[in-house]
Amino acid sequence: MTRILLLFAHPALEKSRVHRRLLEALPRLPGLTLQDLYEAYPDFDVDVRREQALLASHDLVLLQHPFYWYSTPALLKQWQDLVLEHGWAYGSNGTALRGKRMANVVTSGGGPAAYTREGLNRFTVRELLAPVEQTARLCGMEYLPPYLIQGTHRMNESDLAAAAERYARALTALHDDQVDLDAWRAAASLDRVEGVEASR
Amino acid sequence: MSGQSFLVQAFVYLLAAVVTVPVAKRLGLGSVLGYLLAGVVIGPFGLGLVGTEGQDVMHFAEFGVVMMLFVIGLELEPSLLWRLRAPILGLGGLQVLVTSGAIAGVAVALGVEWRAAVAIGMTLSLSSTAIVLQTLQEKGLLKTGGGQSSFAVLLFQDIAVIPMLAILPLLAAGHAPAGEAGHSATTLVDGLPAWARTLAVLAAVAVIIGGGRYLGRPLFRTIAKTHLRELFTAAALLLVIGIALLMSLVGLSPALGTFLAGVVLANSEYRHELETDIEPFKGLLLGLFFIAVGASINFGLVAGRPGMILGLVAGVVVVKFAVLLGLGRAFGLNRDQAALLAFALPQVGEFAFVLFSFAAQEGVLGAEITSPLVAVVALSMAVTPLLLLINERVVQPRLGARAASTRAPDAVSGEAPVLIAGFGSFGATVGRLLRANGVRTTVLDHDSDRVDLLRSMGLTVYYGDATRHDLLHAAGAGQARLLVVALDSPEKTLALVHTAKKHFPHLVILARAFDWSDGHDLVEAGVEHVYRDTLDTALRLGTDAMRQLGFRAYHSHRAAQKFLRHDEESLRELTGKRREAGYLSAVRGRIEELEQMLRADRAEPDLSRDEGWDAESLRADFGKSR
Repeated sequence: MTRILLLFAHPALEKSRVHRRLLEALPRLPGLTLQDLYEAYPDFDVDVRREQALLASHDLVLLQHPFYWYSTPALLKQWQDLVLEHGWAYGSNGTALRGKRMANVVTSGGGPAAYTREGLNRFTVRELLAPVEQTARLCGMEYLPPYLIQGTHRMNESDLAAAAERYARALTALHDDQVDLDAWRAAASLDRVEGVEASR
Repeated sequence: MSGQSFLVQAFVYLLAAVVTVPVAKRLGLGSVLGYLLAGVVIGPFGLGLVGTEGQDVMHFAEFGVVMMLFVIGLELEPSLLWRLRAPILGLGGLQVLVTSGAIAGVAVALGVEWRAAVAIGMTLSLSSTAIVLQTLQEKGLLKTGGGQSSFAVLLFQDIAVIPMLAILPLLAAGHAPAGEAGHSATTLVDGLPAWARTLAVLAAVAVIIGGGRYLGRPLFRTIAKTHLRELFTAAALLLVIGIALLMSLVGLSPALGTFLAGVVLANSEYRHELETDIEPFKGLLLGLFFIAVGASINFGLVAGRPGMILGLVAGVVVVKFAVLLGLGRAFGLNRDQAALLAFALPQVGEFAFVLFSFAAQEGVLGAEITSPLVAVVALSMAVTPLLLLINERVVQPRLGARAASTRAPDAVSGEAPVLIAGFGSFGATVGRLLRANGVRTTVLDHDSDRVDLLRSMGLTVYYGDATRHDLLHAAGAGQARLLVVALDSPEKTLALVHTAKKHFPHLVILARAFDWSDGHDLVEAGVEHVYRDTLDTALRLGTDAMRQLGFRAYHSHRAAQKFLRHDEESLRELTGKRREAGYLSAVRGRIEELEQMLRADRAEPDLSRDEGWDAESLRADFGKSR
């Protein structure tokens, strides 16, 4: 079993069509913990000790968030600034996160074609997430390709339901160690890994 | 009375009070009825533990009324008194005149001689300041429209006693000289001509006002500097007794004089100290007074002619009730407030005992009239708490409910998810925020003016004491999800929390606390969401103070955030400690609590630092490798 910490950041969940469904469809798993950051710290007063304890007790950290200006919402950045302390997460004595894995779960309005060299956004999502990737590296974690849900502006009700269901199956597969790590490392994104949604 | 018998007496009275009053309160009857019952139990017709000396005790205990008016005066600012002048003179004056006339008329119709009838009418028109104010205060109704009107009427009655004492001798056809001697011994001014008497009265009032304004403050400051608590208490007692004495010397009511002194001192900085010092004496003496009233009820007489006595009680109460209700409506009170006034004041007051004995002395009334009437007075006092209970449980809910249904027809059907108890500035802010976000709320409040306003704005408002479980039930506590407690007093808040926890355990309670101590109490009572009144404001001020000193804005903001969290944790931690330490240290404990807080602040190492934004350890780590 892989213990998954789902760090979720969305400042206006009530207005989100996608994330609300993703959360509603979350599977109940013994090793899956949801930490809803904007619900826990509406005033950006992140409880550093509590967050460090959560990180320490999980193996895989998934940062689930909408793609705001090619990055995370502000609170997730605040979380990084405060929680990943020198001497704890990195530095010569900072070994608390060593050996853990990290990946982003990103939703974007634009479709896959927009996030290509030739597309509107000129970079892939993975490239734009380079700061997170390097943060994970510096903390001794393995950073893995993101799980992408793209083109959300054009999704209809049944698309949304299908996306939520696929995500739930992917989380279950990760939790149950049904995902081939090498395939994940090699893939452009986790949602494209073969078998990620086939466990049930 | 020997020393030992005094101790026995004190023991009997105190024991009766300590046993009966908690039971009465538990049954929802209020303390006044409890004291009265205690009096009946120990009186000559109960266990017979006290006999005729009950009368002496009553005279002694009447001083409690004097003290009560002093305390009430302290709470009344002169401006409020000035605002009440219309109800005091108009409502109060008419109440005394109309009631006296009506009762005198009935007495004449029953065959009483007209002069005696007038004396009876005047005496019975008075109501009981002691019972009414004590009960209204206990129920938190004193500040409502009906409560203020009751107070105005009682104040006028206290003033009216003076001319009544002057008129009574005139009603004694031919017997006057016999009584005059007894009367003149009581005051200094009786031998003087009228103008000199008036001058003496005015001088006494001037002494109180001038002394209160110019001498009171330096005097109390000097005494406070000695840091002897009991000396301050002694000075407060001296003040009250001195004024009472001065007033009796010039023939004015002592209660009136101390009331005046209270009003004069209401704006001084020693107001709260005076209040807390006098309060226990006042409470004890009033309790004693009620016990004495209970013990003085002549059940032998009642049993002998039950029909007549009870008929008289009913008659007096009905006449006074009708007059009060009519006048209340005529003076623009709402139905519920007029009902409160009429249910509060239909009894006959303690001054009746004085006036009856004076009238007997002057030969205006014979013992065949006064002794049954004294029983009537005592019985009418005894039914007052019961009448107020009927008003509260039966009458007010109807009036309140009907007004709500006629005035707010557009109320959305279905129960509101949030109950807000108390709609003062605190509760109103909460309610406005919720309403601005489309959350339906039901408000419980006992200020009738506010209730009117809110209802006219379309809010669902229940009028009454929010700590009553039947009112909570009527307001939909069974279906609501949240209970916001925003009452003005810690005692009421705690009482409401207990009621809600007991009868509506599903409710999530969010309670306003006033300071650390209440915060502890609420946490202990099982409230998870406790909001100390001044905490956030104080932290904002502290933040701004840091900024003024040159700290960066965000650093100051973060410091306040961390401090808030630390403070909340300490509150919960110390609550546990306080429970272990026990009740006594909790009473002593405000200073100790402060000490513990300061210690906890020191023990918390990084109240001012955000490690994530601090490069110090980074420099230490990477600087050396370069």
